[in-house]
Amino acid sequence: MDTLRYGAIEARSPKYWALLIGLGLVAMIGVLSAHHMEVEGHVISGMNNQIVWGMPHVFAVFLIVAASGALNVASIASVFGKTEYKPLGRLSALLAIALLAGGLAVLVLDLGRPDRLIVAMTTYNFKSIFAWNILLYTGFFAIVGFYMWCMMDHAMQKFSKQAGLFAFIWRLVLTTGTGSIFGFLVARSAYDTAMLAPMFIMMSFAIGLAFYIIVMLASYQWSERPIGDLIVNRMRNLLGIFIAAVMYFVAVYHVTNLYATEHHAVEKFLLVDGGIFTQLFWYVQILLGGIVPLALIYAPQTRNCRRSLLAACALVLIGGMAHIYIIIVGGQAFPMEMFPGMEVSSSFFDGEVSAYTPSLWEILLGFGGIAITLLLVTVGVAILDFLPESLADNIVNYKK
Amino acid sequence: MNQMNKKYALLSKSEQDVSQGVDKGKRTFIGGLVGASGLAVAPGVMLYQTASAKPVEQAVSNAVRWGMLVNVNQCAEDCDDCVTACNDEHGLWPKEGSTTDSQWIRKLTVKDPSTGNAKSLPMMCQHCENPPCVDVCPTGASFKREDGIVLVNMHTCIGCRYCMMACPYKARSFVHETLENQLPDSPRGKGCVESCNMCVNKIDAGDNTTACAEACSKAGHEAITFGDLNDPESDISTQLKAHGGNQIRADLGLNTGVRYQGL
Repeated sequence: MDTLRYGAIEARSPKYWALLIGLGLVAMIGVLSAHHMEVEGHVISGMNNQIVWGMPHVFAVFLIVAASGALNVASIASVFGKTEYKPLGRLSALLAIALLAGGLAVLVLDLGRPDRLIVAMTTYNFKSIFAWNILLYTGFFAIVGFYMWCMMDHAMQKFSKQAGLFAFIWRLVLTTGTGSIFGFLVARSAYDTAMLAPMFIMMSFAIGLAFYIIVMLASYQWSERPIGDLIVNRMRNLLGIFIAAVMYFVAVYHVTNLYATEHHAVEKFLLVDGGIFTQLFWYVQILLGGIVPLALIYAPQTRNCRRSLLAACALVLIGGMAHIYIIIVGGQAFPMEMFPGMEVSSSFFDGEVSAYTPSLWEILLGFGGIAITLLLVTVGVAILDFLPESLADNIVNYKK
Repeated sequence: MNQMNKKYALLSKSEQDVSQGVDKGKRTFIGGLVGASGLAVAPGVMLYQTASAKPVEQAVSNAVRWGMLVNVNQCAEDCDDCVTACNDEHGLWPKEGSTTDSQWIRKLTVKDPSTGNAKSLPMMCQHCENPPCVDVCPTGASFKREDGIVLVNMHTCIGCRYCMMACPYKARSFVHETLENQLPDSPRGKGCVESCNMCVNKIDAGDNTTACAEACSKAGHEAITFGDLNDPESDISTQLKAHGGNQIRADLGLNTGVRYQGL
């Protein structure tokens, strides 16, 4: 048996149902938390008039960035012609859609008026990058859905390459849009740089691939399907390159800021004396989310170990969360420079580093988003033929 | 009856008057009285017309651009009457030390660390000509009126807070809690973003001032001048022409409607 065959996973095992119910509960708790925040008002969240975007936005941006990155696996096959990735394409598209759905759910449920979603969907201010993003996100669902159809239906396969190329371009634009949500904010010292858009693209490559590898290995492990070292090691090496690339962009972002005297204060805050943000940067983002996974991927002792790869992926996700937390919350915590060079104080906490303690509700909403993503994937792989029945080396090689 | 009418119509004017028993002198007197009282009331009516409320059906025009000029040298450090007046006008009443209550106007202390020189000034929405909050608002709920006032449409604000991220003046607040005792002239909304509306309720009612400017004058400081920036004869324009005025974060090129002297 060396032909590539896809098949839905067996959905009858108690383990599968336990997973489904578990994810359903977490998703439901997330939605109930959001409802509680809406009824009581955001006063019960840790967010305030200084830190206006908090934990829900960290989770939402994390999932949205991961969504575009998860699609890369499919693009590598159809756009860049690496046929060994072709069997992974269907799951890639499913995971991309699921991640985006989870991220958007968190974003929408955190709105002050989530009941007015229809207003956001029907009334556009086209000068707003946020409005563009609404179109980019809905477009992403449509395009990736069509791409998925092309990959799964023999009659449509002739359009697969074009659909893949279009989806790849769309995802690049989408992540540019997500990065620009912050890059376009001229008022805040930590933002206001075109660097954020390409950095977000690179982050999406690493976070999306790490997410993909975890979902893929877990699916094959739990459904007891074979998966060979060939494809796993290819992805391991790719992840290593992506992690290094993110670290390069982070270095360029900080070094360019350090070049300009006007940005010294915010750099000092982020890198030296910003308390939690500085600690998150060095210990979580750089050490745990960058150096350790690189070591796990390239060190001879751990190079061929799947547990090490899974650990590396988990650390990339944790480091990615820390990175996004520093960008979103850290960027707001640093005082806005309304009067450069002056000391400012007021009853509205001007001139002060803003404190933020995420509330349980926000964190539960965030995990609810992740659960929605995993729920969609879990249901998806059980009802449609997303996963190859085997990813053993001979199957992966066969398609080559 | 018809015959009588015909006969009456054939009489001359004076004959008619006599036949009706009208006293001509009395008529002249009443006419004069009405004319005199008209003359007495007219200026008031005329004044009332210039300061009258804009009719609802009349669109706001860009012939005017409302603005405010803050003379920082006249702003007393220990006075926050403008803040209190704003809170009373719009029903805000923020609790001291609250990080979530709305503040549409606040007093800033700006100190030069190299000289120790400190100034006190009010900070509120700067009503920019090119407002970043309007640019980033996905639904267009943040908008600028033709007369330069930047407002939030409480019906289409979805509470995404992107405008708060974008505002360089930290001028906006998000309504974090259920509101009670709202004032009819200043509608607010839980889950929506709000900010100084330049007392649009007072402007549209023809008051030609804002609560903060009024309170400042009442306190005897005269630090806030409200007026039409487009009218070269207005108090605000003549003061700006004579003594100049700075924009905060002028480098951003937003062309603010609130200007400061003495910074």
